[in-house]
Amino acid sequence: MATTVIPFGPQHPVLPEPVHLTLKVEDEIVKEAIPALGYVHRGLEKLADIRDYHQMIQVCERVCGICSMIHAVCYSQAIEELMGVEVPKRAQVLRVIWSELHRTHSHLLWLGLFADAFGFESLFMQFWKIRERIMDINEATTGSRVIVSVNVIGGVRADLSPEQIRWILSEVDIVEKEVRALQDTIMNDYTVKARTVGVGVLSKENAYLLGAAGPTLRGSGVAQDMRMLGYGGYSEIDFEPVVETSGDCWARSTVRFRETLQSMDLVRQAIAKLPEGELAAKVKGNPPEGEVYTRVEQPRGECVYYIKGNGTKHLDRLRIRTPTFANIPPLLAMLPGCELADVPVIVLSIDPCISCTER
Amino acid sequence: MFGSFIKKSRAKSPWIIHFDCGSCNGCDIEVLACLTPLYDVERFGVVNVGNPKHADVLLVTGTVNHRNKKVLKNIYDQMPEPKAVIAIGACGNTGGVFREAYNVVGGVDQVIPVDVYVPGCPAKPEAIIDGVVVGLGKFAQKVEEAD
Repeated sequence: MATTVIPFGPQHPVLPEPVHLTLKVEDEIVKEAIPALGYVHRGLEKLADIRDYHQMIQVCERVCGICSMIHAVCYSQAIEELMGVEVPKRAQVLRVIWSELHRTHSHLLWLGLFADAFGFESLFMQFWKIRERIMDINEATTGSRVIVSVNVIGGVRADLSPEQIRWILSEVDIVEKEVRALQDTIMNDYTVKARTVGVGVLSKENAYLLGAAGPTLRGSGVAQDMRMLGYGGYSEIDFEPVVETSGDCWARSTVRFRETLQSMDLVRQAIAKLPEGELAAKVKGNPPEGEVYTRVEQPRGECVYYIKGNGTKHLDRLRIRTPTFANIPPLLAMLPGCELADVPVIVLSIDPCISCTER
Repeated sequence: MFGSFIKKSRAKSPWIIHFDCGSCNGCDIEVLACLTPLYDVERFGVVNVGNPKHADVLLVTGTVNHRNKKVLKNIYDQMPEPKAVIAIGACGNTGGVFREAYNVVGGVDQVIPVDVYVPGCPAKPEAIIDGVVVGLGKFAQKVEEAD
């Protein structure tokens, strides 16, 4: 059988972002996929040379617009650990609230895009309609819909008033009710299952060996979630990772669907445990010499920040390792043997965030 | 008669294509949000298409870098005349927060001519819709001049 080479991307209707895959196809079956990256590379780690460590928060938030809050939390935690800053309890729990709201909107966004990838446009519209309530919460509490920019070194810059908390709780209840109404469709619908069950299977061993992260890893049956470490405000909150075992696209979408519901539960828990107190600790001086690693759980998986201070207001080195980068080798293991028509579904099933990967 | 019908329809129901040119996703998801039920630009006849050869208006988000400038130029060249380009967000306008990074060329106007600049980081859906409406005015003018 002759091999045909089909380019996939960089501009493709199913991908919101540019990534290129060279697909080697025999008949309709994909034999090999070769990725080409670099369309979104900006070189923002190097910006640490010209922006000081406070300004770098704004840059880190723009590593990825969808999980911006969680990037900023990871960076702030690294600087705070290096400088020995004690973050007030209220600020830690507020960070959890906004992080989980971000996770909810990111997963709803993804569930919509995933539905669109197999052509279920009305489901896409439904998920995005629900998501707008979360965006309203972000806008009302922080002033911005997507890049909320509430983190500062030492805490947060915005507070939630009791009225806002009551309103958030009522909105979260509505979101949960509306999401549950779609549960049957995304998990049990005949056409959805026909496109997702048994497609792009990643075994538990492969997922672990290839270093998958986040829902891609948990969809293959490995219970690993950085929130189990109890960083920041998560130490106060009951948390158990969501795991599915079949390792196919259906499992990955189900993990994300259940995590959406779980995130709303975490928001409620965090609000119930929100202590009184300061919003931010005072930060003086520059980061001292030293190195720090921090790990947090993003909607897409584990995110690692490495920073090296040198005693000046600029960092010596900032290194960001993002979950999509970890998920590309598992993706390349999923693609061989699948039908060409399933490629968009499988590529989307790892929730690719190319702007994270390439920075 | 048929020509005038096409001329009128092109400005009345523009087909847009969206290209992410090195954005952080913030503006991209806001562009997508414009198409979903709360904002729903389709009620104004705006349709999102995947093929540049079908499109009248190009929405570009994000900075231009050395690798994707060829892709951006290629997509622009594939679009039939007349066409309008809308640069969305601080990055698309000038390079934004990344303007000093080593792999960033700058705003979209470094590579292709831009008709409308939409500010914001990220630009809100209301601003994007406003940008598209202003862009359509310029597009209608271009359709007139093309005759």
